[in-house]
Amino acid sequence: MTQAVAETTTKNIQPSRLDPSFKNEVLKEHDGETLKTCFQCGTCTSSCPTARFSSSYRPRTVLRMAQLGLRQKVLPSPTLWLCTACFTCTDRCPQGVEVAGVLRVLRNLAVKSGEVPAIYRELASSINETGYAYKIPEIRHKKREEVGLPPLPKPKAADIAKLVELTHGTRLLKR
Amino acid sequence: MKNRLAQLRYAFLLGCTIPYREASYEISARKVFDKLGIELVEMPDANCCGLPVDPANHEMMLALSARNLCLAEQQNLNIITLCTGCATTLRKTNKMLKTDKKMKDEINGILKQIGMEFKGTIEVKHMVQALKEDLGFEKIKNVVQRPLTSLKVAEHSGCHLLRPVKYMDWDNPEEPQTLKDLIELTGAQCLDYLDEAECCGYTVIAIDDKVALQLTQEKLNHIKEVGAQALITVCPSCHLMFDVNQSRIERAFNENYNLPVLHYTQLLGLAMGMSPDELAIKELRVDPSKLLQALP
Repeated sequence: MTQAVAETTTKNIQPSRLDPSFKNEVLKEHDGETLKTCFQCGTCTSSCPTARFSSSYRPRTVLRMAQLGLRQKVLPSPTLWLCTACFTCTDRCPQGVEVAGVLRVLRNLAVKSGEVPAIYRELASSINETGYAYKIPEIRHKKREEVGLPPLPKPKAADIAKLVELTHGTRLLKR
Repeated sequence: MKNRLAQLRYAFLLGCTIPYREASYEISARKVFDKLGIELVEMPDANCCGLPVDPANHEMMLALSARNLCLAEQQNLNIITLCTGCATTLRKTNKMLKTDKKMKDEINGILKQIGMEFKGTIEVKHMVQALKEDLGFEKIKNVVQRPLTSLKVAEHSGCHLLRPVKYMDWDNPEEPQTLKDLIELTGAQCLDYLDEAECCGYTVIAIDDKVALQLTQEKLNHIKEVGAQALITVCPSCHLMFDVNQSRIERAFNENYNLPVLHYTQLLGLAMGMSPDELAIKELRVDPSKLLQALP
């Protein structure tokens, strides 16, 4: 978590580093289209629980950088993954920007460019193998039986694997 | 009357976090629901709701949650969840697929490959919403046999019970009311505290544990300040932060909270006259024995 998105202000940007197609990639995605109406009021950052404790995570800054086309600053930054998905920014945005949705689109794009935090490889691999986000240890199954709980659901493995494959979830799996 | 009863029969989506770490929530909920006349129908083929992978792959989340919706449609039942994450995810997918034809066609194209189709015939509710809208407060009042009148507690509804408003459109996320009402039905007093609707931080603990634990710690400070004897939660992930991680927070910040954190279903069960053992209260990490002794 070293490199901070917010380190880059909009002051010192070389036009040559901007990628105008980046914004369009975001606008194409569901929720991403709302990026164009962000007028940088800062309601999102001032409402953000993470921003109060992180020195680097600022939703407003990330959205501005996306609007400008700073692909290489936005996508590889670990800071992008600090959104708690509390949706306070989305609910309070006076412009109706799906702030949390746009940030999700950016993280999804980061994954497509090969940036996957280890935890998401864990979660996706577990879902692919068991249908559950966490591997439920055998002892929990036994304990359920002991206390009279019904057996856990066991989703059809072939179904789950197919869904993972068809939604390109395979790029998330542990290698 | 028949219709009313039919409403209290649900497909039960358990999710992942409860069976993985928070069995006491499920145990107490099943006991309490049984007494309230809420019938849970198992979903033996259910999978993860999809929320955990949404940040990384939105389409994968949609497909996983839509599969659960299809299973409940086949059972011809509305879904009830105990997890706020499952609730917000399934409500969102359900509403989006019902209203966005392009998205529905896309997801149905995927589901077709596993022999399923989203039709949009059911609803999804978290337990708190179902207790309010389907069961009604009156029914709960009637089963309270041991009002917990001496007890002062605080509530943490959790973000995903109430946000995003577009899909969780039944309470006020800036000033959550329903869980407070439900708590007061048990006879306990529910105290207000600073930044009550703030996030517990759970979702980023694997990315930056410092940020996550600071968020929880700040809430613990505010809850302690008003003199709450316990915190009441309705989400397994929030419960993990406040209960399971409380000792870790105490060590990290050199503080001493000793604040028991009960699932709402445990609090209600106690007020209904059930024993702590029946409600799996001994599985809580923060020792609640002092609290239990103080009960009327």
